[in-house]
Amino acid sequence: MSVILVFLALITAIAGWWLSRQRLMSKPWLEAGPVTAFPETEAPIVHPAKLGLGVFLAVVGALFALMISAYFMRMVYADWQPAPVPGLLWLNTAMLVLASVALQCAVVAAHKGQADNLRLALLAGALTSTVFLGGQLLAWRDLAAQGYFATENPAVSFFYLITAMHGLHIIGGMVALGRTNVRALRGESAARLVLSTELCAMYWHVLLVVWLVLFAVLMGWAADFIDICRRLLS
Amino acid sequence: MVDVTPHGADLIPPAEVGEMDLYHPHSWWTKYVFSQDAKVIAIQYSGTAMAIGLVALVLSWLMRLQLGFPGTFDFITPEAYYQFMTMHGMIMVIYLLTALFLGGFGNYLIPLMVGARDMVFPYVNMLSYWIYLLAVLVLVSSFFAPGGPTGAGWTLYPPQAITSGTPGGQDWGIILMLVSLILFIIGFTMGGLNYVVTVLQARTRGMTLMRMPLTVWGIFTATVMALLAFPALFVACVMMLFDRIIGSSFFMPAIVEMGEQSPHNGGSPIMFQHLFWFFGHPEVYIVALPAFGIVSDLISTHARKNIFGYRMMVWAIVGIGALSFVVWAHHMYVSGMHPYFGFFFATTTLIIAVPTAIKVYNWVLTLWRGDIHLTLPMLFALAFIVTFVNGGLTGLFLGNVVVDVPLSDTMFVVAHFHMVMGVAPIMVVFGAIYHWYPKITGRMLNEAMGRFHFWVTFVGAYLIFFPMHYVGLVGVPRRYPELGDTAFIPPSVHTLNEFITIAALTVGFAQMVFLFNLFWSLRNGKDAGDNPWRATSLEWQTAGTPPPHGNFGKELPVVYRWAYDYSVPGAPEDFIPQNDPRPMTQGGPA
Repeated sequence: MSVILVFLALITAIAGWWLSRQRLMSKPWLEAGPVTAFPETEAPIVHPAKLGLGVFLAVVGALFALMISAYFMRMVYADWQPAPVPGLLWLNTAMLVLASVALQCAVVAAHKGQADNLRLALLAGALTSTVFLGGQLLAWRDLAAQGYFATENPAVSFFYLITAMHGLHIIGGMVALGRTNVRALRGESAARLVLSTELCAMYWHVLLVVWLVLFAVLMGWAADFIDICRRLLS
Repeated sequence: MVDVTPHGADLIPPAEVGEMDLYHPHSWWTKYVFSQDAKVIAIQYSGTAMAIGLVALVLSWLMRLQLGFPGTFDFITPEAYYQFMTMHGMIMVIYLLTALFLGGFGNYLIPLMVGARDMVFPYVNMLSYWIYLLAVLVLVSSFFAPGGPTGAGWTLYPPQAITSGTPGGQDWGIILMLVSLILFIIGFTMGGLNYVVTVLQARTRGMTLMRMPLTVWGIFTATVMALLAFPALFVACVMMLFDRIIGSSFFMPAIVEMGEQSPHNGGSPIMFQHLFWFFGHPEVYIVALPAFGIVSDLISTHARKNIFGYRMMVWAIVGIGALSFVVWAHHMYVSGMHPYFGFFFATTTLIIAVPTAIKVYNWVLTLWRGDIHLTLPMLFALAFIVTFVNGGLTGLFLGNVVVDVPLSDTMFVVAHFHMVMGVAPIMVVFGAIYHWYPKITGRMLNEAMGRFHFWVTFVGAYLIFFPMHYVGLVGVPRRYPELGDTAFIPPSVHTLNEFITIAALTVGFAQMVFLFNLFWSLRNGKDAGDNPWRATSLEWQTAGTPPPHGNFGKELPVVYRWAYDYSVPGAPEDFIPQNDPRPMTQGGPA
């Protein structure tokens, strides 16, 4: 459970930093007045949708941190055999990176009001993500063709579970990205698409980071890294 | 006066309608059924939670009938007993208490108390309720599935949860339970995002975090915790579904079942326990923190006195929330662990008692020399404090490894967690309903029925659970549908069991009176007016009662003070609403 605890420590640090700026030391019983010296309740600094997505991504982070925790917990058992990771995953990873880059370009285009570039970038983001999902399916078939099913080896079970969970999150994001694409193709102005594009890009960036961590875990690098850390400590 | 900006109220931009896009219902369906108004969603959540809670109440009667009068009722077989036990526990903890505190009170009170027109994502909020309802329906459907609901115990420990010896283990029971939990978590996450973002972003002018009523602090912190803890249950449920349906071996070790080697191999049941309790322990505080917050407001309002140590109360809520994530393994002492781990978790468990005790002291000190009105909400709040202290003290026993190991599998634990997590929060639920029903409906609940309900529930709960501690200390094991002739169990235990059963049936009957009261008072209750309790917080200062769509009429209120200005010296009345601009504080005229 160390992974989830590290993740929660991170969340706690962010929450603690935020709380420390909320004047928790104030004495509200002595402070009647129009507004206290505190601009925060006057106007939201972040758009609610962005904050909402941020909170949701924290939940997603907790979900994957827990899965990695379970993976590591299972890994220390004597009968553990690492799963063969299809080489295709490298290509898929590249696709997801491209999708993230494309959506970042879309954000830039939306801010500059370049409708054509925005449409192109959004479409590229959707396409590369679809290729990623297809590639993940092919990787599953690859594994199955080699005779690895979800029941044989716990590492393989974890592989299917983790990739399926991540894929489902991408599919959920595709709904939002698809809607943004449709709105862009219908000729909505770039300025009105800024928020949706930014939200999509934010979601994709975080899911990319999550995927890179998961990839490292599945490849066994994360375990090696922890091993090295442990040796350095002891 | 400290830290107040020099400019006056006239510099604050007016908060006209339309600054926040409100969804306006156009038909009966969108107004009452597929409503996006948090107040309607709150009532839908509460109604559904109480309806399914009623099922769990009936299940507890059946269990008590079996324990008090074993063998009298033919249809309560051992399998049925385990199914009743499982469903009772799961429904009460998750589908009743969590849904009621966060979905019910959260939806109703957060927007009103922070001065918002609605939740920030009303559509997502509506979806949250309908997914919750779907989860409840899936859960209920397991009663009618072949093989009946799961009888794995509410903790659903593998491997027994999905083996053939357990009711529902190889039938639909466990699958429907897991699917229902997954749906519940998805629905809750949608609602939870709303509660968090609304508190962070939709507060009205002047409503700083440190001016929020403690109810909002409690619900807010509990929601943050739930958002981070429920994924653990989600992961556990998905992995167990894999084990059950696909035949993977996340949790399932190699076992010989009915003389045959099961297809599973090498899974770790302990891994499930870690995941489950990583959710399960924070869950205790997900239920308790809203109760802490609400009870603080009830006590302050009905004792006409400002809450003692507001800052300390806020810090304690946040502190308990953070600490509760590092105590989960104290539920697993009997599963065996490294002694240092046991030591660590026992220590963190005992440390949680510190902020909790601070809260209890502050409640008591709020009451001290207060103008205590023994109204129904106050009675329930007092009952909560007493019960919570009782249940909390036995928690200190059980938090120690050496005490927990012999007691863990006895009725002592059942008595402990029912006191601290069952009776105590339910007392707050009742107190809160008596307190806010006048705002929700415009009418007061009937006082005579309410007092009957209170005394029977309060005294009855003690008659049920106090003897149960002794039954546990004698060594009566929990989870057994029938004790039979066991040498070390004295005959007095059997008499006591009959007594407990009769008390449980009586308390259950009192809840029917309460439910009747809810409906009866809707039509026949005394007219409440806008602010029957003469309370300060914003929900009592709305444009009408019940509050209209958009809550506050044309202009949002502006907040000038905290929520606890009761009995301020020199003030014309003994309460000053939060949106009252007069510069009068607890420290005297400012």
